[in-house]
Amino acid sequence: MESLSVNLCGIRLDNPVIPASGTFGYGYEYAELYDINELGTFSFKGTTKEPRFGNPTPRIAECPGGMINAVGLQNPGVEKVISHELPLLKQCFHKPVMANVSGFSVEDYAYTCEKLDKEEQVGWLEVNVSCPNVHGGGMSFGTQPEAAAEVTRAVKAVTTKPVIIKLSPNVTDIVAIAKACEEAGADGISLINTMLGMRIDLRTRKPVIANKMGGFSGPAIFPVAVRMVYQVAHAVNIPVVGMGGVSSAEDVIEMMLAGATAVEVGAANLVNPYICRDIIRELPRTMEKYGIQNLSDIIGGVK
Amino acid sequence: MKQSIFEIRSQIALTDNVYKMVLAGDTSAITAPGQFVNIRLEGFFLRRPISVCDYDNATLTIIYKVVGHGTELMSRMEPGQQLDILTGLGNGYDLSLAGDRPVLLGGGVGVPPMYRLAKDLAAQGKGVCVILGFNTAREVFYEEEFKALGCNVQVTTVDGSYGTPGFVTTPLAEMDYSYFYTCGPEPMLKAVYKASKTSGQMSFEERMGCGFGACMGCSCKTLTGYKRICKDGPVMRKEEILWKA
Repeated sequence: MESLSVNLCGIRLDNPVIPASGTFGYGYEYAELYDINELGTFSFKGTTKEPRFGNPTPRIAECPGGMINAVGLQNPGVEKVISHELPLLKQCFHKPVMANVSGFSVEDYAYTCEKLDKEEQVGWLEVNVSCPNVHGGGMSFGTQPEAAAEVTRAVKAVTTKPVIIKLSPNVTDIVAIAKACEEAGADGISLINTMLGMRIDLRTRKPVIANKMGGFSGPAIFPVAVRMVYQVAHAVNIPVVGMGGVSSAEDVIEMMLAGATAVEVGAANLVNPYICRDIIRELPRTMEKYGIQNLSDIIGGVK
Repeated sequence: MKQSIFEIRSQIALTDNVYKMVLAGDTSAITAPGQFVNIRLEGFFLRRPISVCDYDNATLTIIYKVVGHGTELMSRMEPGQQLDILTGLGNGYDLSLAGDRPVLLGGGVGVPPMYRLAKDLAAQGKGVCVILGFNTAREVFYEEEFKALGCNVQVTTVDGSYGTPGFVTTPLAEMDYSYFYTCGPEPMLKAVYKASKTSGQMSFEERMGCGFGACMGCSCKTLTGYKRICKDGPVMRKEEILWKA
């Protein structure tokens, strides 16, 4: 019998498959379709201190092998997430959940993380220093090692649960940023967030997306994600959560061989809402095909 | 919402670029006129959201306009080919507010969802008036189909080449009605909003990611809060609409 379980920062996951933040809401849209307790866990919609509507529409553009989004962190704000979303989530999901947090200042991050850290259902804090769709925040913290480290230190100072810093691929040296986060006390690194992209409508000669640019995700970015996960996983001694274009059981295994302890699935959920369940059900057969007994044995298997 | 495989039964061109496709499959998730389906196409990442024109226990009818590469591919598909479709998406129209003499206004590819709505309202014994708006005579479709339902049908064309010259709001001004339902391009919805003398419901369009409420790609602001066009809409009540600046 193959074993799918992995250990992410001291918490056991039944399997390494995690729907990525922003593609899974707070869980209950998908809970109408299947029992989401089959998942390892999921990372809920990026939450900020204040409520946010996000960017104007259109927010979505299609690309070969993926899509661009510029949602802009629409969310009801941390107070309402705790009072309204988490109780609903609790009804359909009984495992520790990953709380995804974003902010516009170091204080914002610390405030929101401190609140969510106290919630029983929260297993990990995934701190997004890499949103490409908001100005004056998000990604700007993830493009400089010192700024990323400062956010990490501030969050670690006020929390007790594992802190995973989610990094942007839109940087020149992702390894330096990952190392800075590790030195600042991060318990894990997740990568990659979306790549900055743009589409233009030939009829109107305007950008398809109202915000002009947005985050490119989907199968087209998978090789970039594998490369960056490999580079980071070999440079740090904390667990790495790999993501970027993952859409099959084989992709999950490839990410783990590159160095990922667990694997997030993003854009694929929007096209096939059953994809994470399908991947989990497919994994044992794929493991058998490649002679894998325990998934945890292959983490970072490629030197 | 349900994900299932449909098989194309027939496909015909209604105009130069508007096609009618009938598919066989599981329609059990469709619960109201005005809902939509989201169709996966080989070679395209995102699904194509298309409004439901009509359905029964085993078949689904959609009418769509070729506007890009995805719908162009659909227009070349043959009977027997299969499509992966998410059905039962969106809220659909609320028929309970129609009153005795509802008017239905469809503009261009906003016409198809009016068909099932007219059928259901007519079956309830309502006196249904339908105004179908097009740019020009060559684009007109489904006039006879609405008449066959027993509706009082008027067609308008912007260039006056068929029916009443003008917009759907031209005949609306002369009409006595209990409630309105509409679907069409946003400038038309705005005009109906301003010209209408009663309450009503309008269906909105937006570029979507998932089509089932997960990605927040199609959010809009309303007087009753933020809504997702795909999940909380596409149908909104006149009283809650907040037009974009």
